[in-house]
Amino acid sequence: MNGNIFVNFPFIVVAILLALGFYTIGFKRNLIKVVIGIEILEGAVNMFIVAVGYIKGGYVPIYTQAPREAVGRMVLPTPQALTLTSIVIGVAVTALMLAFAVNIYKHYGTLDITRVRRLRG
Amino acid sequence: MIEHLPALMVAVPLFGAFIAPLFKKHYKGVSMWAVVITGSTVILSLLLAKEVVTNGIMVYVFGADKPSIVLPSGYAVPIRIMFEVDAMGAFMAISATLMSFVGAIYSYTHVKKETGLEKYYALLMLLETGILGMVLTGDLFNLFVFLEIAGIAGSALVGFRNYRGEASEAGIKYLIVSAVASLMVLFAVAILYGQYGNLNLAYIAKNISFNMVDMIALGLLFTSFAMKCGAVPMHYWVPDAYTEVPAGINPPLLVATYASLYALFRVSFTLFANIVIDLARVGWIMSILGVLTMFIGVTMALVQKDVKRLMSYHAISQTGYMLLGVGVGLTVLHDPSKLAEFGRDAMAGGVFHIINHIIYKSLLLMTAGALFYVTGTRNLNEMGGLARKMPITTISFIVGAAAISGLPPFNGFASKLLIYETSYRLNPLLTVFAMVTSVLTLASFVKVFASAFLGPPLEKFQDKREVPTPMVIAMLILAVLCILFGLFPNIVLDKLVYPAVDALINFAQYHSWGGLA
Repeated sequence: MNGNIFVNFPFIVVAILLALGFYTIGFKRNLIKVVIGIEILEGAVNMFIVAVGYIKGGYVPIYTQAPREAVGRMVLPTPQALTLTSIVIGVAVTALMLAFAVNIYKHYGTLDITRVRRLRG
Repeated sequence: MIEHLPALMVAVPLFGAFIAPLFKKHYKGVSMWAVVITGSTVILSLLLAKEVVTNGIMVYVFGADKPSIVLPSGYAVPIRIMFEVDAMGAFMAISATLMSFVGAIYSYTHVKKETGLEKYYALLMLLETGILGMVLTGDLFNLFVFLEIAGIAGSALVGFRNYRGEASEAGIKYLIVSAVASLMVLFAVAILYGQYGNLNLAYIAKNISFNMVDMIALGLLFTSFAMKCGAVPMHYWVPDAYTEVPAGINPPLLVATYASLYALFRVSFTLFANIVIDLARVGWIMSILGVLTMFIGVTMALVQKDVKRLMSYHAISQTGYMLLGVGVGLTVLHDPSKLAEFGRDAMAGGVFHIINHIIYKSLLLMTAGALFYVTGTRNLNEMGGLARKMPITTISFIVGAAAISGLPPFNGFASKLLIYETSYRLNPLLTVFAMVTSVLTLASFVKVFASAFLGPPLEKFQDKREVPTPMVIAMLILAVLCILFGLFPNIVLDKLVYPAVDALINFAQYHSWGGLA
C-alpha cells in the first residue's frame, strides 16, 4: 500500500458497481433488467473477493516447489476458489430467475413488474 | 458412526435428492422414498441432539481428523471446512427434519394429481439439505452456500405449480429477495475474510476487534438475515411465497425461514458476542424490530380473505415474538445479574417459540391446504359449513388456532408466557404490544373458523368428504405434538430449549472449537 490510488482502484469500481446494481434493481421496471441488476451486484461482490486476496506483484499460488522470491508474495488461493463457487451458484440463480421470467411472460403477457401484480394486499 | 453424524445429516438427504429423479414413472415409489429418507434423518437428528446435549459441542472436520494446522511457533489456524454443532444447531436440526418428514407424508396425496413429482421430491430433500447445512455449519462461506441451496430449492418449489401465473410471480419475488440477501451475506463474508484471513466462525469471533469495517459487516449480515426471515420492512415476499407453495412444502419452507433467523442469532451471539458495549444496542434494535413485525403482521392478517394468505401474515407476526424474546436476551447479554434474572428465560421463550410456531403454523397451513384440496378455493367467502364434512380437519384447525392465540393448554401459551413475563422486565410497553397482538390473532382466527367451518351446509359441498389418510396422519401428528408440548413444556424446555439457549449464551465455549484447540 504505497499510497498509490491504483491500490484502491478495484474497490472504487466495486462501489460503483454496487450502486449501479442497486439502482437497477430498485428503479427498472422490466424484469429482465432486474435480473441484470442482480448480475451486476454479483459481479461487484465477486470482484471484491478477488481484490481482497490480491497482492501487488504477486505470484501464482503454488506451494510446493515455489521459487525462493515467491515466498510471502503469493496471491491467496482461497478467495479465488470462493469466487468460482459463487459464480457457479450465480449461474444457477440467474437461470432460475430467467425461467420464472419466461413463465411470467407466458401468463401475464408482460414483463413490466408494475403490471405483474396479481398477488397483493 | 456417532462421530460422523454431522456429515451424515447432510449426506443422507442429498443422496435422497439425487436418487429421486430415477423414479420418473413411479410416483408412489418416489413418495415412499422421500418418506423413508426424511424419516431416517429424523432418527439421525435425534441421535445427534442426544450426543450434543450429553457430550457438549461436536466438531466435524471434512477431510481430516484435527480441525487445525499448527505452525512451528504453536500458532493454530483452522483451514478446513468444519461442522460445529452445538445444542442450538441440534435443536434447529430436529425441527427441520421433523417438518420435512411431516411434509413428505402430507404430500403423498396432496400433490398426487400434479406432474413432475420426482422433481418435487428431489427439491424437497434439497431444501432439507440446505437447512441442515445452514444450521450445522461452522464456516461462514459454507453458510452462504447452504443459504443459496435452500433459497434456490425453496423458490423452485414456490413456483412448482407453473400452470398458475401467480406461482411464478411469488417464486421470482422470493428468489430476488433471497439472491440479493445472500449476495450481501457473501459481501460481508468477504469483508471479514479480508481482515482476519479465515472463514471459520469461531476463529473470526475470537479475533474480532469491531472497527468500522466490522460494523459494516455486522450491518450487512443483520439486514440480509432479517430480510430472509421476513422481519417487517422486508416482509412482502412471505405471504406470496407461503400462499403459492403446495401445502406439503409449507413446513420445510417455514423452517428454511427460521434457519435464517437462526443465522441471525448465530451472527449476533457467536460472531459478534465479544463486543461488550454495542451489543445492547443491537439487542434493542432486534426487540423493536420484533414488536413492529408482530404488530404489522397481525394487522395485515385481519383484512385478508384468502385463508392461506391470512395464515402467512400470521407467520410474519409470530416471527416478531421470537425476535422480541431473543432480542431481550441479547440486550442484557453482558449484564450477568439481569441475564440470570430474566435474560435467559426471555431467550428460552424466543427459542421455544420457534419450534412451537413451526408446529402449529404448519398444522394451520396444512388445514388450509386440506380446505383447498376439498373445496378447490381459498376464498373464505365461498366456504361454509365444512365442520360436519371434515371433522378431523376441524379439530386440527381448532387445536392450531388455540395454540397460535396462546390459550393455556396448548404449546403457544407456554412460550408466549415466558416472553410476556420477561419482556415486561425490560420495558412494559413491549409486553403490551405482544399481548394486543395475541388478542388480534385470536380475533382473526375466530373469523376464519366462523366463515369456513360453521354456518349452514352449502349445496355445492354436499358430496365432499374428509381428506385422504396420509394428510390426516400428518395433521394428527402435529396436533398431538401441539397438545403434548403444551401439557409438558418443562420436559421440552429442560431437554432441548435451555441447552440451546445456554449454547448461545456461552459463546466462549463455541469459540474454542469444542475444546479441541
